[in-house]
Amino acid sequence: MTLAPSSRVQLTDDGKLRHFLTTEHLPRSLLEDILDTAASFVDVGGRSIKKVPLLRGKTVVNLFFESSTRTRSTFELAAQRLSADVLNLDIAKSATSKGETLLDTLRNLEAMAADMFVVRHQDSGAPFFIANEVTPDVAVINAGDGRHAHPTQAMLDMYTIRHYKGGFEGLKVAIVGDILHSRVARSQVHALNILGAEEVRLIGPKTLLPVDAQGLGATVFTDMGQGLKDVDVVIMLRLQKERMDSALLPSESEFFRLYGLNNEKLQLAKPDAIVMHPGPINRGVEIASEVADGPRSVILNQVTFGIAVRMAVMSMAISGQESSAQGRTGGERGQ
Amino acid sequence: MPRAAREVSVASSKKANILIRKGRVIDPANGRDEVADLLIENGRLVRIGASLDAPGADIVDAEGHWVLPGLVDACVHLSLPGSGRSGDIASETRAAAAGGITHLVAQPDCGPVDSTAVVRLIREQAGQAGFARIMPIAAMTQGLAGDQLAEMATLAKAGCIAVGNAGRKVASALVLKRSLEYASTFDLPVMFRPQDSALSAGGCAHEGAVATRLGLPGIPAVAESVDLSRDLLLVEATGVRAHFQQISSADSLRLLRAAKRRGLPVTADVSIQHLLLDESALEGFNSHCHVIPPLRSAADREALLEAVADGTIDAICSQHTPIGSSSKAAPFPATKPGMAGLDTLLGLVLQLVDDGKLALPRALDAVTAAPARCLGILAGQLETGRPASLCVLDASAEKDYAEHWLSAGNNSPWRRAVLKGNVKLTVCQGKVSWLTD
Repeated sequence: MTLAPSSRVQLTDDGKLRHFLTTEHLPRSLLEDILDTAASFVDVGGRSIKKVPLLRGKTVVNLFFESSTRTRSTFELAAQRLSADVLNLDIAKSATSKGETLLDTLRNLEAMAADMFVVRHQDSGAPFFIANEVTPDVAVINAGDGRHAHPTQAMLDMYTIRHYKGGFEGLKVAIVGDILHSRVARSQVHALNILGAEEVRLIGPKTLLPVDAQGLGATVFTDMGQGLKDVDVVIMLRLQKERMDSALLPSESEFFRLYGLNNEKLQLAKPDAIVMHPGPINRGVEIASEVADGPRSVILNQVTFGIAVRMAVMSMAISGQESSAQGRTGGERGQ
Repeated sequence: MPRAAREVSVASSKKANILIRKGRVIDPANGRDEVADLLIENGRLVRIGASLDAPGADIVDAEGHWVLPGLVDACVHLSLPGSGRSGDIASETRAAAAGGITHLVAQPDCGPVDSTAVVRLIREQAGQAGFARIMPIAAMTQGLAGDQLAEMATLAKAGCIAVGNAGRKVASALVLKRSLEYASTFDLPVMFRPQDSALSAGGCAHEGAVATRLGLPGIPAVAESVDLSRDLLLVEATGVRAHFQQISSADSLRLLRAAKRRGLPVTADVSIQHLLLDESALEGFNSHCHVIPPLRSAADREALLEAVADGTIDAICSQHTPIGSSSKAAPFPATKPGMAGLDTLLGLVLQLVDDGKLALPRALDAVTAAPARCLGILAGQLETGRPASLCVLDASAEKDYAEHWLSAGNNSPWRRAVLKGNVKLTVCQGKVSWLTD
C-alpha cells in the first residue's frame, strides 16, 4: 500500500538480492550474478549426491495460490538440492477457502519461522504485497503473479540464451503469441533489455498485444514473417484454450496458420537460431512437432537449467536476508 | 491566533448568533471577494458589510482568514450498515464539517435507496448527528438492479434530489430510455456514471502503459466514452436534465463539450483524485490508488484540469468511499476500489490553486455554487435571508492529516499528508458544525 519502487524492495541497502519479484529495473551486474551462480549449480544435478548444504536448516514454503505442478516441482527440487526443508501448501484448496484472509494465512506461516516463501498467485502484484506489507524479513520469490512477472522463468531463459549464444550483444530475440496475458513475456523483455540484447520483438495479433507494448522496451509486429526475419532466438508462448471463448481469437487453426511456428516460418530466422518455449507446449497450436522436436529446439534443456537458476536465486535471496539481518543487529550493538 | 468566542459551541441545537469579523469573504456565485463582516442572527445570514455591530452575538475574529460558502460535495458514498464501508453517518459527516463541507449529495448504493424508509433513515441519522446536510439520490431502478423502475416520484417527495443507478448496469437501452422519460415527467435530474460494463469487466486500472507493465487487467478510456455517447443521445431524445459524474477521460470531454454547445441540459463533475493523480500513482501496486473509474494517463489528467478551468466540467467532488483497512490489505486487483476524500477535498482543491492549475474563483466555484447549480439545490453561496452555511478557513495554515483525520476510512494516499488550509469554523444550516482553534 505504501509506494515502493519495484527495484528497491528487492534489494538490501548494499544492493544484494533479498526478494526476487521482477526483473524490471534490476542492475545488469545482479542478473549476471544470478546466471554465474546458476552455472556453478548446473553440475550438481550430474553428481551422484545432488546436494549442497547452502540452505541447511532453512525452511522454504511453496505457496501456490494457483496450481502448477511443474513449476512447483522445480522449486521443490531446487530447495532440496540446497538442503532446505520444504513445505508445500496448495492454498487454492485450503486456508482461504475456509474464509481466512491472505494476510492471516501469511502471518501464521511467518510464525512457523519460515525463511522463504515461493509465491504463485493469480493477482498481479501479490508477491509485492507480501514482501512490502506482510513479511519483509522472509525472502519472497515470485513464481508467477497474474499477468505481471515470472522472473525465475525469464532468468532460466536468459541462462539458456547465454549458454547457446555466448552472450546478449547484438542478439535479436522474438517473443511470439499471447503477449497480453503473459507474465513470462514481460519478465523476458525487461531481462533482455537489461542484459544488452540488440532488439526484442513482440509478435501477435492486436487482440493479444497489450496497449503500449512498445513501452515495455520492444518492437511490435503483427506479421510473423516480418517479425521473425533474421532473429537469433524465437520464444514461443503457450496459448490458453480459453482465449477462443473470450472473443480474442477465432480458432486454434487460424492462430496456428498465422502465428504458429513451423519449419517454413523458422527459415526466416537466422540459420543458427534457437527455439524456446516456457512449456507446457501445445503441439499444433503455437508450435509444430517438427520444430518442438527438431534440431533448433532447446526446450528440454530449459527445464534442466531451470533448477540451477532457481537454486541460484534462492541461495542469493537467503544470503541477502541474512546480511541485512546482521546489519540490523550490528547497528543495535553499535548503539 | 484569532479565536472564536468562547460561547460558540459545536452541534448544539441552538441557532447561531455570530458576527464574523474582517474575514476575506469569497463568494464565487455572487462575484464577491472583499474583506467584510458577516452577521448570522438566529441561524440566518442577515448581513454582509463593513464594520457591522451586533450586541449579544458571539464574535469570531476572522482577520487574515477566508470566509467561504459551505462546500457542496456532489458525490459521496454513505456508510450505512450493510454497505460494507467504514464508519457511520455521524463519523463521516463530522469529517465533512471539519473540511468545510455543509452539503453532501449521497449516492444511492448504500442500502440501496429505493424505499422511503431508507431515505428517512438517512435523514434522521444526519439530523441527529447535525454535522452536515445529506441530500440523497434515489435509485432509478428497483434495488439498482437495472430492470424495473423505482418509485422515483415517491422518493423525490421523501427528500431525494435526483435519481441515478450509481454506475450499476441498466439492463437495456429500452429500460434506460423509459427511466429517463419517467424521471423527466417529474423534472428530476438524472445522475449518470458512464462506464460500459462489458468493456470494463474484470479491469482494475487504466488500460495504458502502466497497467501493461504491471500486468493489471485494464479498463479502456473508451469504456466511458462509449456509454457516455449513448447516454447523451438518450438525454437528447428524452429532454431529461442530466448530470454526469466522475468523468475521467479526454474523449469524454470532447463529447460533453459538443453536447453543451448544442444546448443540451447537461452538467458534469470530476473527482478530486483524478485532477491530482494519474496512472503512475499505481507504481508499486499502491492499493490506495485503486479507484473506479481508474486514474488515467497524464494527458487525460491535463485535459480534465483544462475542462474544469473552461467550465466543461462544472464541479469537483470527493467521491468519498471509506473502506476498512482489511479490504485494502490484499494484492491490488483483489482490493476494494475507492478512496476516503471528505477530510481532504478543500485542501486538495487549494493545492491545485497553489500549483497554478486552477484560478481561485473557479476552483472554489467548483466545490460550492457549481455543484448546487448542477443539482438545482439552494446551497453553495452566501445569500442573505437564508439559513447560513459557510466556513472560516485559515488558508495559509498547514494541516497535518496524520494527526487530524476524522473519516473512519483510512484509505487515502493523503492519509499522512500535510496540506495547506485549516477550517476554523463551519456553520451548517444556521448551526455550528465545526469549531477549532
